[in-house]
Amino acid sequence: MSETQTLNPESGQGDRIELESAVVRFAGDSGDGIQLTGGQFTVASALAGNDLTTFPDFPAEIRAPVGTTYGVSAFQINFGGRRINTSGDAADCLVAFNPAALKTNIDKVNRGGLVIVDSGNFGPRDLKKAGYEVNPLEDGSLEGWNVVPIDISRLTLEAVADSGLGKVDALRCKNFWALGLIYWVFGRDRAPTAEWIEQKFGRKDAAIAKANVDALNAGHAFGETMELLQDFHGYRVPKAELPPGLYRTITGGDGFALGLAAAAQLTETEVVFASYPITPASPILHHLVKLTAYGVTTHQAEDEIAAACVAIGASYGGAIGVTSSSGPGIALKGEAIGLAVAAELPLVIINTQRAGPSTGLPTKTEQSDLYQALYGRNGDTPLVVLAPNSPADCFTMAIEATRIATKYMVPVMVLSDGYIANASEPWLIPDVDSLPRIPVTFRQDPEGYLPFKRDPDTLARDWAKPGTPGLAHRVGGIERDSETGDISYDPANHQRMTDFRHAKVAGVARDIPPQTVDQGKERGRLAVVGWGSTYGPIKRAVTNLRAEGLDVSHIHLRHIWPLPENLGALLDGFDQVLVPEMNTGQLLTLLRATYAKPYEGLSKVTGQPFKIAEIEAAVRSRLEG
Amino acid sequence: MNAPTTPAKLTPKDFATDQEVRWCPGCGDYAILKSVQKVLADLKADKDKTVFVSGIGCSSRFPYYMDTYGFHTIHGRAPAVATGVKMANPELDVWIVTGDGDGLSIGGNHLLHIIRRNVDTQILLFNNEIYGLTKGQASPTSAIGTRSSSTPEGSVDAPLDPIKVAMGAGARFVARTADKWIKEMPDVLKAAREHRGCAFVEILQNCIVYNDAVFGEFTGKEAVPGTYIHVEHGKPLLFGGGRNEPPVKGIRVKPGTFKLEVVTLGENGISEADVLVHDKTDPVLAGLLAAMTGPDFPVAFGVLYEDAAPVHDDSVASHKADARKKTPDVSINALLKRGRTWMVEGPGA
Ligand code: SF4
Repeated sequence: MSETQTLNPESGQGDRIELESAVVRFAGDSGDGIQLTGGQFTVASALAGNDLTTFPDFPAEIRAPVGTTYGVSAFQINFGGRRINTSGDAADCLVAFNPAALKTNIDKVNRGGLVIVDSGNFGPRDLKKAGYEVNPLEDGSLEGWNVVPIDISRLTLEAVADSGLGKVDALRCKNFWALGLIYWVFGRDRAPTAEWIEQKFGRKDAAIAKANVDALNAGHAFGETMELLQDFHGYRVPKAELPPGLYRTITGGDGFALGLAAAAQLTETEVVFASYPITPASPILHHLVKLTAYGVTTHQAEDEIAAACVAIGASYGGAIGVTSSSGPGIALKGEAIGLAVAAELPLVIINTQRAGPSTGLPTKTEQSDLYQALYGRNGDTPLVVLAPNSPADCFTMAIEATRIATKYMVPVMVLSDGYIANASEPWLIPDVDSLPRIPVTFRQDPEGYLPFKRDPDTLARDWAKPGTPGLAHRVGGIERDSETGDISYDPANHQRMTDFRHAKVAGVARDIPPQTVDQGKERGRLAVVGWGSTYGPIKRAVTNLRAEGLDVSHIHLRHIWPLPENLGALLDGFDQVLVPEMNTGQLLTLLRATYAKPYEGLSKVTGQPFKIAEIEAAVRSRLEG
Repeated sequence: MNAPTTPAKLTPKDFATDQEVRWCPGCGDYAILKSVQKVLADLKADKDKTVFVSGIGCSSRFPYYMDTYGFHTIHGRAPAVATGVKMANPELDVWIVTGDGDGLSIGGNHLLHIIRRNVDTQILLFNNEIYGLTKGQASPTSAIGTRSSSTPEGSVDAPLDPIKVAMGAGARFVARTADKWIKEMPDVLKAAREHRGCAFVEILQNCIVYNDAVFGEFTGKEAVPGTYIHVEHGKPLLFGGGRNEPPVKGIRVKPGTFKLEVVTLGENGISEADVLVHDKTDPVLAGLLAAMTGPDFPVAFGVLYEDAAPVHDDSVASHKADARKKTPDVSINALLKRGRTWMVEGPGA
């Protein structure tokens, strides 16, 4: 059945329908290799020249019982011949490997969309496990969709019949069969996937490698014959116009890890990264452990508090201390972060937010830790808050956080979220050598050294690391004399130190880029102001609305605290300001409190990202009628 | 302010700061401070490479009084901060000062983990069996029945034994001393500093205000002969003679059991040859010695256990060295291009 000789993606492309973009969703059991299948489709789409965004939708359980709805794993990709900003409001095409996957994902497919199901998995037991009383393929409940039942299981077994694999192993190839079919549907090249299979399995087990390639090819061949069927088309998604250069895909986790490694190089200072396992923040640690050679030392601490304290100890010792977690872990770190504020040590804290409160929805996304970042500590304890707006931006913001933390001797909290952490997008690889160096200086001169004497410009104290002759000194969490650092209970000193800490953080506003308008005019009827991962849906919504002629602009904040100095004046140029957030209005409250203006919010806390349509509707309701 | 030059001969004063020491008059902490300063002077320690890290509590004010680098952190977390200091710079000589509440209650978890990782530090746990700084509440080491501001009718919770906790966590150096063993304490501290790895030292410390004289019977000048024993590696476990008197008792394994027993020299034909010789590399013996309490047994002081094991600092360093060896090009530009990449040609390409 092998037909690698016809790996021509253009074959059978004669009467394909052209699409500007398409959203494909794969769904199946955790054990079906859904994420791997999605990953391969992503690579194939990137190589086909599309822009894209992907998002995995894992179940919270690691290995839920086979065939159950709570064991369904899904992967969505939005790819196109134009710039892609989100993983897509809804899918145009769903591949469902079992009834549970169909049941939990059908409402995520556009009406009329293509739904390919493995009908070989729709037996009475499979249906029962998914909670179907009657077979949905037969009861007319799926009439609104273009459902194509294919016995993928049987066809896979046939395709790999001569592989010598047992039935269980042979059936494992069905994700590649389905991938082959979807490759045909969208005219993707199979060769890189075939190569990848060879690399992954070939060395260990040639039979498994061959069976998977055979399945891939068989699925593709099946597509060619299906073409004869009504309502089953091939599509063509043209190349996107992307800035030229070398690309790779990047997730938010990758972005932070690579950004911290870059920060180590740019500062010529070791990074010590300490964290405790927590969803969805752990991918950063998993990536960083592979970057030891690049000046990053990792430490899996005994708990969240220890992770923060190890990072603080490392900063005291002369490295760049970084700790990472999600909301519940950040709560535990609160006291330690206060110590870093008090001792005036650099510290980078990454919060990959999830839906809360308490344990909340660990695998779902939210932006509800902004108050925690700003205010979640005892005392007046200001720090700097940044928020990357995409997976690739995590790279940039890891570097920016390091720059501010080391220049101002202050903790910097970086707010990412579950969406940014796991979504992936193509990334034009930057030239790190051309990025500005981050000068880090350690005090050497004992002459006149006072531990809490400040640079008049930045208000930062000197960074004097243990081991430096003549600079032995003590720091601690008890209020320090504003020069010597000795314990001081003097009332005027506490006022002075509180004012210094406040002014130091406020002063960072002079050292960040002025706020720009991402899209649209600098004055107008309505500005949509977002932060973090809402960037994609807001951007697309504003693009669409502007194409319709609506007077709307998009402003996206990446520096949340301190706010850019020009922001208030910028917002004054708009009749209305709308702040969409995946929380109940936290940035909204901050902006209202800062500028005392009646801005409006748009709140969504379902654990799901905003849909483009939701933002469009909110803007329309304010500008039309 | 601090002269960078190290004089040929150092005195304890060279390690003292200009800060007024604020412990209660008569507090056992003073003697410990003096002893540590003396040890560092005797060992000609480089104060610029010495760091004291503490948590919260009376004992944790210690770093302010040491003219070395010092970090007074937050309650219970000194071991974690110290681990970070060592990860940034393994060359530093890092001492952790903690107490029974700080180290065994709020910070118990960190204590366990710095020990099991074997981070090359010295942990001085000042055990006064009470919370001093918060005004006298029962602590995790308070004996059952301790009357305190939080347990007026006497505490009901069983106490932790710091040495057992440390050994349970896998400590490779365990010692016990007391504020009142002014002559003996420096040798214990020196041994702790010389040990590569995490050295755990329990220091019985008298809180004169809230828990006075809990250790009075078996520590210091007024100690009752027979209530304490100073153990030394390779020497028989003899005691009971009082200060400057020859010993009259010994410790041996009770025949037919796994227990220790106290024997009197010269009684029932017992001689020094029947007495156990202290082997600090024997963890079982260390456990038995640590568990000895009155009135049937003397309380053991000295280095109870020491046996080298791989040190966290070295493992981290060799991991780094291996990674560098395996990665010929450590530029970030090379790193970013690793794995699957693709070229997007410009328009007209
Ligand atoms: S309260 Fe007790 S432990 Fe604290 S300083 Fe006073 S005597 Fe020492």
